[in-house]
Amino acid sequence: MTEHSTKEHSELAEDFIKDEDRVDWHDETLWFIRQKRDKAAHQLPEWEALREAASQIKNNVLSNLHDYLLQFERNAVANGIEVHWAADAAEHNQIVQRLLNEANVVRMVKSKSMLTEECGLNEYLAKQGIEVIDSDLGERIVQLAEEPPSHIVLPCIHKKKEEIGEIFHQHLGIEAGISDPQFLTETARQHLREIFLTRRAALTGVNFAVAETGEFVVCTNEGNADMGAHLADIHIASMGIEKLIPKKKHLGVFLRLLTRSATGQPITTYSSHFRTPRDGTKIHVILVDNGRTVQLGRKDFRNSLKCIRCAACMNTCPVYRRSGGHSYHTAVAGPIGSILAPNLDMEKYADLPFASTLCGSCSNVCPVKIDIHEQLYKWRQVLVKNGYTPKAKKAGMQVMTWTLSSPSLYQAAGKVGRWVIKYAPFAVNNKLNPWHKQRDMPESPEWSFNVWYKQNRKNDEQ
Amino acid sequence: MKVGLFIPCYVDQFYPGAAIATLCLLEKLGVEVVYPPKQTCCGQPMANSGFEHLTGDCNELFVKNFAEFDYIVAPSGSCVLHIRDHLHDDKHPEAAKNISHRIYELTSFLIDVLKVENLPARFPHRVGLHQSCHGQRGLHISSMTELVAPEFSKPGSLLKMVADIDLVDLNRKDECCGFGGTFCVTEEAVSVKMGKDRVADHLKHDVSYITGVDMSCLMHMEGILKRQGSNVKVIHIAEILNAG
Repeated sequence: MTEHSTKEHSELAEDFIKDEDRVDWHDETLWFIRQKRDKAAHQLPEWEALREAASQIKNNVLSNLHDYLLQFERNAVANGIEVHWAADAAEHNQIVQRLLNEANVVRMVKSKSMLTEECGLNEYLAKQGIEVIDSDLGERIVQLAEEPPSHIVLPCIHKKKEEIGEIFHQHLGIEAGISDPQFLTETARQHLREIFLTRRAALTGVNFAVAETGEFVVCTNEGNADMGAHLADIHIASMGIEKLIPKKKHLGVFLRLLTRSATGQPITTYSSHFRTPRDGTKIHVILVDNGRTVQLGRKDFRNSLKCIRCAACMNTCPVYRRSGGHSYHTAVAGPIGSILAPNLDMEKYADLPFASTLCGSCSNVCPVKIDIHEQLYKWRQVLVKNGYTPKAKKAGMQVMTWTLSSPSLYQAAGKVGRWVIKYAPFAVNNKLNPWHKQRDMPESPEWSFNVWYKQNRKNDEQ
Repeated sequence: MKVGLFIPCYVDQFYPGAAIATLCLLEKLGVEVVYPPKQTCCGQPMANSGFEHLTGDCNELFVKNFAEFDYIVAPSGSCVLHIRDHLHDDKHPEAAKNISHRIYELTSFLIDVLKVENLPARFPHRVGLHQSCHGQRGLHISSMTELVAPEFSKPGSLLKMVADIDLVDLNRKDECCGFGGTFCVTEEAVSVKMGKDRVADHLKHDVSYITGVDMSCLMHMEGILKRQGSNVKVIHIAEILNAG
């Protein structure tokens, strides 16, 4: 429930691409991360076996989700954690509000949680008079800029350091014109330190929840989840129900894959295990469905729930790198977001499965082997069958299939097509033809191959 | 061995040279090739737009045209991938399945079936090879930079058999050019930007030709090159392998 635009991906992308230097910079930055990922992956000869193991573990989780959830709840409660169940975003937000109200808390610190972006938690709590400060550096920057994150691992990857200096000048009182990354980071650190020390409630996401032990693991590079959780009286951890893994030993597979895929690091700087609340403090876990069980019921799309949110598919996606995360107008952008979002709202996100060339690079980098590009293709079929497609396109397609299923019509149409390009190029070389806007049409040959063949080869079948 | 030649619709209409080179190359290698004249299209443009359910007649026609052959060969990775993955015919399900198993993209047919080890070709030019995604990631005609696996390239191996060719190494070995079928018009801005970037990688290496197994990617890059006023040409790999 991030701020939604009424524009479609193609229009938002076009806006982003107008500043070509920025697009080149955005593309190069993310491509650099893709290269770091390649280097890290190629250092492990067992990389593909790890991916396969992770995929199978997650398939097992999805096939036994009911049992693992109950097992996790049982063990977490035995550890002293309070477990809550939320059917949807609204219920999740109400639970958070209730927990804060009960503790008389009106100011909370929050580390990265894409789930709370999906649920629109910050906006909801703001309306209830509760202030939330995001403690991940990138998230804090976009929060100050009043924008949603554009990337799930690198939330402000679309901003240059000069722009960040300007935001800090406006909001954190530094001098104008500063763009030194070290200075800016220190500024944020001092600002957030005060927040960590004064907030009595901290919300974190969950990377992995272990059914066997009832503990959960939060991975950050900045240690901000730990700073928040350890200094607060109440730790609320929000997790999608698909975040489970069966046993603690499986963490070895996922922790090795996660950050190598995300940034090319061998492991996240902090992989913190939360199991039992300290004396006098509370840990709450909220298990959120919000459409996940619906997706679990869609045979072709259920395994999208294997996702561990590493963003490798975004970094490698040639479309994402050139259209920017905001062009996807959903909390989780890029290829994975494009197969998750239509499950939540087919009408609103009907454009996303079409925002891809189906090049398949996303599926190749996915550490849990989600067949992302195949699901993009399948979503297209589902969306069209459900009527979420422009009528003009449908009529055009019917003419096309009709022509292409009739050899004589096809040859006639081809003749006309070639003739038009050759003798009346203005008919196609105009602004109404999106091909021609920035590309020339192919030259029109005198003959089709079909005609050439008839004249140059004997063919008994004619 | 009787091979049915499948020439994708846009190759038939706009790039007959690539089709003629494919035919002549196969004939040169001693293959009996027949081109069924009543063929049209594999149905991919509709299917990739979400209209796979309208491709029934196209499929039926395809099966009718190609059921009798030992192999079906096409100078396109993309169309072959579509037939492999999506051809179905309710009236002749077995025939459709058979075709899916026997259809080959040209370079994989040369390497895997004909086991070509040398070619009488000469092409004295500096050339960049564009890895078309559907051939590469779909049909696995080359290794992929994302995967931790041994390196290979069927089109690359064939080009290395060509005398006097100067094949360059690109900075990004296998990034998509942005054609993407109807994507090239529905997402015009992204498509063109991707194409410009791909072309720039080749230009940086001072190529005279950009080649590949799919004329569709090449058509897209050709449109950009021409608009930029570049002298660099695109050429289907069959035309290089058949040259000299």
